[in-house]
Amino acid sequence: MNARRIFTVLWPAVPIIAALLFTAGLLVIYDTSPLDALDSIFQGAFGDQSKVLSVMAFWVPLTLCAVGLVITFTAGLWNIGIEGQLILGSIAASWVALKVNAPAPLQIPLEILAAMLAGALWAAISAVLKTRGKVHEIFSGLALNNLAIILTNYLISGPWQPPEGGTFRGTSPFPDIALLPRFADSRFSPISFVITLIAIGLVYVTLRGTFWGLKLKALGKNPFSSFLLGVASERETILAMMFCGALAGLGGAVRVLSWFDSLRQSISGGIGFLALLVVMLAGYRLLWVPFISFFFSVILNGSITLQLRTQLHSSIGGILTGVLVLLVLLFGDSRIFKFLQQEGKDERA
Amino acid sequence: MDIDLQDIRKYFGSVKANDGISMHLKGGQIYGLLGENGAGKSTLMKILSGYQPADQGQILLDNQASTFQSPAQALNCGIGMLYQEPLDFPPFKIIDNYLLGRDSRLNLDYKLVEKELNDYFSHYNFELDLQAFVDSLSLGERQQLELIRLLAGGAKALILDEPTTGISAEQKDILFAAMRTIAHEEGRTIILVSHKLDEVQELCDHAFVLQKGRLVGEIDIPCPNEKLVEMMFGQIPERSDRAPLVMDVPKLELLDLTISTYRLRVEHINLTIQAGEVFGLAGLEGSGQGLLQKACAGLIKPESGVILLDGQDVTQWSYHRMQAAQVAYVPAGRLEAGLVAGLSITEHMILAQPEHSFFIDWNEATDLSDSRIEQYQIVGKPDTYADELSGGNQQRLLYALLNSPLKLLLLEHPTRGLDVRSTNWIWDKLYRRRGDGTAIMFMSADLDEIIERSDRIAVFSGGVMSRIVEAKDTDVEELGHLIGGSE
Repeated sequence: MNARRIFTVLWPAVPIIAALLFTAGLLVIYDTSPLDALDSIFQGAFGDQSKVLSVMAFWVPLTLCAVGLVITFTAGLWNIGIEGQLILGSIAASWVALKVNAPAPLQIPLEILAAMLAGALWAAISAVLKTRGKVHEIFSGLALNNLAIILTNYLISGPWQPPEGGTFRGTSPFPDIALLPRFADSRFSPISFVITLIAIGLVYVTLRGTFWGLKLKALGKNPFSSFLLGVASERETILAMMFCGALAGLGGAVRVLSWFDSLRQSISGGIGFLALLVVMLAGYRLLWVPFISFFFSVILNGSITLQLRTQLHSSIGGILTGVLVLLVLLFGDSRIFKFLQQEGKDERA
Repeated sequence: MDIDLQDIRKYFGSVKANDGISMHLKGGQIYGLLGENGAGKSTLMKILSGYQPADQGQILLDNQASTFQSPAQALNCGIGMLYQEPLDFPPFKIIDNYLLGRDSRLNLDYKLVEKELNDYFSHYNFELDLQAFVDSLSLGERQQLELIRLLAGGAKALILDEPTTGISAEQKDILFAAMRTIAHEEGRTIILVSHKLDEVQELCDHAFVLQKGRLVGEIDIPCPNEKLVEMMFGQIPERSDRAPLVMDVPKLELLDLTISTYRLRVEHINLTIQAGEVFGLAGLEGSGQGLLQKACAGLIKPESGVILLDGQDVTQWSYHRMQAAQVAYVPAGRLEAGLVAGLSITEHMILAQPEHSFFIDWNEATDLSDSRIEQYQIVGKPDTYADELSGGNQQRLLYALLNSPLKLLLLEHPTRGLDVRSTNWIWDKLYRRRGDGTAIMFMSADLDEIIERSDRIAVFSGGVMSRIVEAKDTDVEELGHLIGGSE
C-alpha cells in the first residue's frame, strides 16, 4: 500500500523525465549540449524580472483552465471544448473593451463578467447537446472549438478590423482603461494572479466541502448509482461544464487584457489543450495542477531564449511538451497507469 | 451427435458457478436446461460452446475427448450456439452476412451461395429475402439466419439461449418446427436454455435442472410443471407463523397498468397493496415482476393505466420525485446500481439524505454514518469505500441508506447471496418499518423467501400476473402451477 502511494505521488515525474531524456538526445544530434540548452531555458524563464513575469503571465490563464477541468474531470466529462470556451471568453472581453464605455471602476469587471458568461454559455452548448441530444462532449467540443476560431477570424478581418487595415491580424489595441493593470511594463497582471489563487481555492472548497462537489464526484464514478441515490445528472452535468467554461472564459479575458492588448488570431495559444494535459499529468489532483502548470510555462517561455542563444528554433519547447503528450498517452494506456490514476482520483480533493 | 459432459467445474473466485456437472446427451433429442438465475446454465453453455474454458472436467463428443479455445473451434467440432442477441452484422445484406461467416477466401460465388441459402430456407420454412439488410430484419428473422449459418458451418449440436424472448408467436412456431426437424429427423442434438416451463414442455424430450452450480435432477418431458419447479427451487420448508401488520389503508393502487418494452409486455395489472403489507412477486427472471417494480419506482413510464400512492396519481412522476415522496427502490446490483465504488460510507450517507445544505458538515455526516454503521452492523468505518466492503456489508449499506419514514419500499432480491443469519436480520429490520405504514413490495428468485416473508403473493409468467394468493395458504405446488403459466 505504501509503495503504491509513493508510485502514485511520483507517477507524473515518469513521463517528464522520459521526455527530457528524449529531448536531450535530440539536442545532442543537433550538436547542442543538453546542459547548455537547459541553462538557456532556465535563463529564459528566470534570467531577469521580465522573464519571470512572462512565465507568470502565461501561467495564469493555463492554471485557470486547468482548475476548471478538474471540475469536469471529476464529473466524468471530457471537456475538450475548453479551447473554444477560452476563445469565446477572449471575444466577449474584447467586445466589452471595444464597444462598451463604462465608468472606469466598472470597465474591467464588466469585461471579466462578459468573458466568464460567454465561456460558460459556450460550454453549456456542449453540455445540453450531451444531456438532450446524446452527443458526446468530445465531438461537440471539437466542433465548437473550430467555430470559435472561425468566429475570431471573422471578427478581426471583418467588423472589428482596425480602421487603418494593414497586414496585422488583430483588432486595434484596447484603450488603457480597458486593460488589466500590468506590473512593470510586463504582460503580467497581479490582479489576474490573485483571481487565479481565488479560483484554486474555490475549486478546492467546492470539491472538498460542498454537496454539489460530492454529487459531481459520485456522477463521475457511477452515473447510474448516482441517479438512484438522487443525483440529477442533467443539471449537474450542465453546471459542471458551465463552471469550467466560466473559468476558461476568464482565462480568455486575461489573454486579451494582459498577455496581449487586443484580440488576435490564435488568441488561445493552445492553452486549453495544454490545460487538459496539465490536469492529466497532475493525475487529476487539484493541488498538483498549479505546479505542473508552472512547469509548462517555464518550458514554453524558456525555449524562446534557447532559440536566441543556440540558433535552435524555439519549437524545441513545443517538441518537449509534445513528446510529453505522447509519453503521457503511452504510459496512460498501460494498465499500471489506469490503476494509479484510479488511486489518484480517489485521493483527489 | 452424442455429448458427454464429465465433472465440469468452473469457479469465479469463491463462487462455484459449475460445481462438478456431468450429463449425457444423445443425438436426435431436444434437451431443456433449466434453473434459476445464477444456477450455472450460462456458464455451462459457454464452456460447451468454446466461449470460455472449464477449470476442470472433460467434454466428449461422440466419445472423443475434445477441447476448444474459441467458439469457432467449437463449431468446427460441431457445436454451435445461438445467442440471445444474434452475432450478425446489421449493416450487411443477408447474403453478405452469410458469406462472411464462410471462409471462401477471395472467391465470392454469389450464385452458388444463393442457391445454398434458398435450399436451407425452404427446407425449414423460413422466408427471408436474400437482398434484405440484416438491420431491417426482426429478431426472429435474424435468429433464423444465424441458425442457418450454424447449420451450414457444420453444427451437429445446437445450443439455443432463450430463443423465444422477443420474437412473435408465429416465429416461435416456425422456430420450434425447425428445431423438431433438425433434431428428430436429422439426428442433431439440441439444448434449449429457457426460463419458460411451458416451452420446455412443448418442445423438449428431456430436461436437466441445475441449482447452485450442480445438476439436481433430470426428467423426461412432458411431466407436471410442479415437478420441475420443485427440482429448480428445492424443498420449501413450512412457513413460520407471524402476525401480519396489514392495515386497512390502501398505500399503492395500480389500476389497469400496462408496461411495455421491446422484450416484454405486462398488461392490465390491477393491484392494491395496503399499508404495512409485505407483498411478494414470484416468477422466473424476466417474467415482468421487475418491470412492475421499476414502473412503481418511476424508473419506467407505463404505457397506460394509473398508479396511485396514498390516493394521489403519481403515474407520470419521475424517479426523483417519487424518491422525494418517500418511495424507495433497492436494486439488486449493489456496485453496478445502488452504490458508487470509490465513495466512502459517509459520502453515501450524505447523498442519500433527503435534505442537503450547500456546505457539507463533515462532523455531523460522520456521526450519522457512525450510528448507521452500528445500527446496521456494517463491518467498516465511515471513510471505508463502498467497494472495499464485502458483498453482505454492501447489502447492509444499501439498507442503511434508506430514510424513515417510507411510504413504499420496493426491493429487488433483498437477500440474494446472504447467509441465513443476515437474511433474518435484514427482514427483521424491514418488518419494523411496517409500523410506520410502509408498504413493502419485493421480488425474489427464492420461493422459500417469498412464501416465508410475504403476506400476499402474485406470480408472474411471461408478462401475465396471476391471481393473488395468500402466503399462509399457499404451497410450492400452487406456485409451481402459476410459475408455469397455468391457472
